[in-house]
Amino acid sequence: MDRDIGNDPVMDMFVFETLQLVDQLEQLVLHSEKANTFETEEINEIFRIMHTIKGSAAMMLFNNISMIAHTMEDLFFNLRETEVLEMNYSKLCDLVLGGIDFIKVETFKIKEGQDADGNPDQLLDRIHNYLNSLLPNDQNSLSEETQSSGFPDHISEEEANYKAVIFFEADCEMENMRAFNVIYKIEDIARIVRYSPPDIAENDDSSVMIRETGFEIEFAAQRSREEIEKFFLGLAFVESIEISELAGEMAEEDPEYCSEEVPKTDEPAEKEVVNNSIAAKKQSLISVQLNKLDQLLDLVGELVISESMVTNNPDLSNVNDLDNFSKAARQHRKVINELQDIVMSIRMVPLAGTFQKMNRIVRDMSKKLDKQVELVILGEETEVDKNIIEHLSDPIMHLIRNAIDHGIEPLEQRTASGKPAVGKIHLEAKNEGGDVWITIRDDGGGLNREKILQRALEHGLVNKEETELSDQEIYQFILLPGFSTKMEVTEFSGRGVGMDVVAQNLEEIGGLVNVDSKPNIGTTISMKIPLTLAIIDGMGIRVGHSIYIVPITSIRESFKAKENEAFMDPDGMEMIMVRGECLPILRLHKIYRIETPVTEIHNGIVMIVENDNRSVCLFADELIGEQQVVVKALPKYLKKVKGIGGCTLLGDGRSSLILDIAGVVNY
Amino acid sequence: MSEIMDQLLEMDEDTQKGKFLTFIVDKEEYAIEIKYVTEIIGGIQTITEVPEVPDYVRGIINLRGKIIPVMDVNIRFKKDPKPYGDRTCIIVIDIDDLSVGLIVDNVAEVLSITEDNIVDPPADKAGFNNRYIKGIGKVGQSIKLILDCTVLLSDENLAYCKEAV
Repeated sequence: MDRDIGNDPVMDMFVFETLQLVDQLEQLVLHSEKANTFETEEINEIFRIMHTIKGSAAMMLFNNISMIAHTMEDLFFNLRETEVLEMNYSKLCDLVLGGIDFIKVETFKIKEGQDADGNPDQLLDRIHNYLNSLLPNDQNSLSEETQSSGFPDHISEEEANYKAVIFFEADCEMENMRAFNVIYKIEDIARIVRYSPPDIAENDDSSVMIRETGFEIEFAAQRSREEIEKFFLGLAFVESIEISELAGEMAEEDPEYCSEEVPKTDEPAEKEVVNNSIAAKKQSLISVQLNKLDQLLDLVGELVISESMVTNNPDLSNVNDLDNFSKAARQHRKVINELQDIVMSIRMVPLAGTFQKMNRIVRDMSKKLDKQVELVILGEETEVDKNIIEHLSDPIMHLIRNAIDHGIEPLEQRTASGKPAVGKIHLEAKNEGGDVWITIRDDGGGLNREKILQRALEHGLVNKEETELSDQEIYQFILLPGFSTKMEVTEFSGRGVGMDVVAQNLEEIGGLVNVDSKPNIGTTISMKIPLTLAIIDGMGIRVGHSIYIVPITSIRESFKAKENEAFMDPDGMEMIMVRGECLPILRLHKIYRIETPVTEIHNGIVMIVENDNRSVCLFADELIGEQQVVVKALPKYLKKVKGIGGCTLLGDGRSSLILDIAGVVNY
Repeated sequence: MSEIMDQLLEMDEDTQKGKFLTFIVDKEEYAIEIKYVTEIIGGIQTITEVPEVPDYVRGIINLRGKIIPVMDVNIRFKKDPKPYGDRTCIIVIDIDDLSVGLIVDNVAEVLSITEDNIVDPPADKAGFNNRYIKGIGKVGQSIKLILDCTVLLSDENLAYCKEAV
């Protein structure tokens, strides 16, 4: 099964859909567990998801996935058909989530082009055992169990088997659709065993057969024959019906058969749950390949350039009266700007998906650690760029883990200090200016200032007087790699690595982490992240004929140096004193060997840039001005050039290089 | 120029076989297989220089929102750089999803060279730039040097380039 996933749209679609469905399923299960009950609608939805996964997995020949899905379907089939009062939902959810994890792992394997070779037997056994324990008499096989488990409101009545032949009104047309409707309706009162012709949903020709020989259904119901006859005749377009009671046991129900032949009946049911927010959300989305969006973005960028080429066309200078043209051009530009905004907004994805995933972590961990924790999610509708979201999942996960493991105290300690038994973790996102803030706040014990400080001193990280350090500065130490107070290293977090992951991920996307904590009140960790990676605010600087873009966030200041202000050490390194600080000067024209007339320090411009607390002065010919630029990667062919982070297109269609200050600083 | 491009567009995979785009660099006429060519840009637009690359890589250009590197074939073949003029063209070739523009003096035509008209270059590799040449095509009285695009893009002196091809 050596497949190249990128080249197989069917496989692509399978992986994408399955992951999406599994996520949806996970949400549903968690939600139900919280409510401690499974609503009929939710069970139907779960059923439908399981069914889709099963079907598509079977189609793609991933038998282990389809087996798990099938068994889980059984589980919920049981739940739907029986009303168990004393239900251990927590155990049920454990099983279901176990199944979900299995499917996830397998799907990821497929995505990576590996074989989906996980063995589901153990999990299957556990589910089967659970199923059997759920049922009073377990001498029968699974499918028969479900058969004999009666309808809650008619438990006392015996189930009788019927065969009905239905004839529709002569001119009703589309008999197959009518029959389909009948199947759907009858599901409410009976269990369908078989119907013929079996392919009514897919095959339009079946309507001819129905017209001639009638539509035949075999089903089991707990109603009397009269009731059923009345029921059928009440349906639209049904003209006559012949019902016969079948003696004895009918043809053994094959659950596989049943579920394969009646899949469409689930679809009308889907309409009922449209109100359900999760279902509705799914339906209003379409998935688009990211590279198509990038292409669209490129094209729109190109449109902007060609627009300015038209409106600023030199030929126009020969024409005197341009009133109408200018008017049209203005309108044109407005539309293009709007288009550009929309294209950019397409890339924006709400944080909801990432945030919702945390529910699962909180659930699993609070169970394992025996702590009661409630996760409060705020502002999940906040949108950030797709690329950035990918970098956020890990940091948030680590922070939540830390909060539960270290932040929230054990139950006894909480009650002793007069806090509510259930610990609260707030996960909040909000927009502020061009940035998004994500805050994770727990109401736990807070960070141990003394321990951190002590640890920092041991590591020789403190280069100031102890008394000069602010609480904030001390708390920031926990972000350093390998820094752990090791008060309690557990399965979930040892604090050393986790926080480093947070810091690193955020650095990659140009974000910041702030740690704040108050003893006995809790810890707050805020992450500042840019809205998008694709567009940055940049300052254009010119060196010779080339224009370089410096990200505004890295610029500290720029100034004109006086003659003789710079000095050189014996190694030829040029330096300059700026307010008592000695900074090295990097002449861009020198390091990049660009020819320029501006070589005297007082003729050009000096710009102080900073990264990671290291500053250097860049020397360029002149400042061009501030502008927003769309970041593009350098062509693969050129690979890495030190100090160049990417390239972009300027308003006039020229391309320009974006300086990577982290690289420049370490030049 | 545009006729040549139209010709290119009209041909699909099958008909591309045995077809070559010929261009002139210095005094020689070179040919590359049509299947590599994605387009031809007439005239030279602004090239943005990129530091720390081999001298024959002139920089990057904006091709309808896509940024591609351009290489001057004159310098690549260690000939004297020529000033860019009206006839100078950029041939955009695409090999393994790698787009590169080749700056050439002049694009000539699209023609077929059947396999029996292609001979191997002399086995003696002492020649000046033999390693770029995959074969030598005969068309009537004239000789076309068939370029090996992959070798053209790779550079043994620069690890990153080799890796990229």
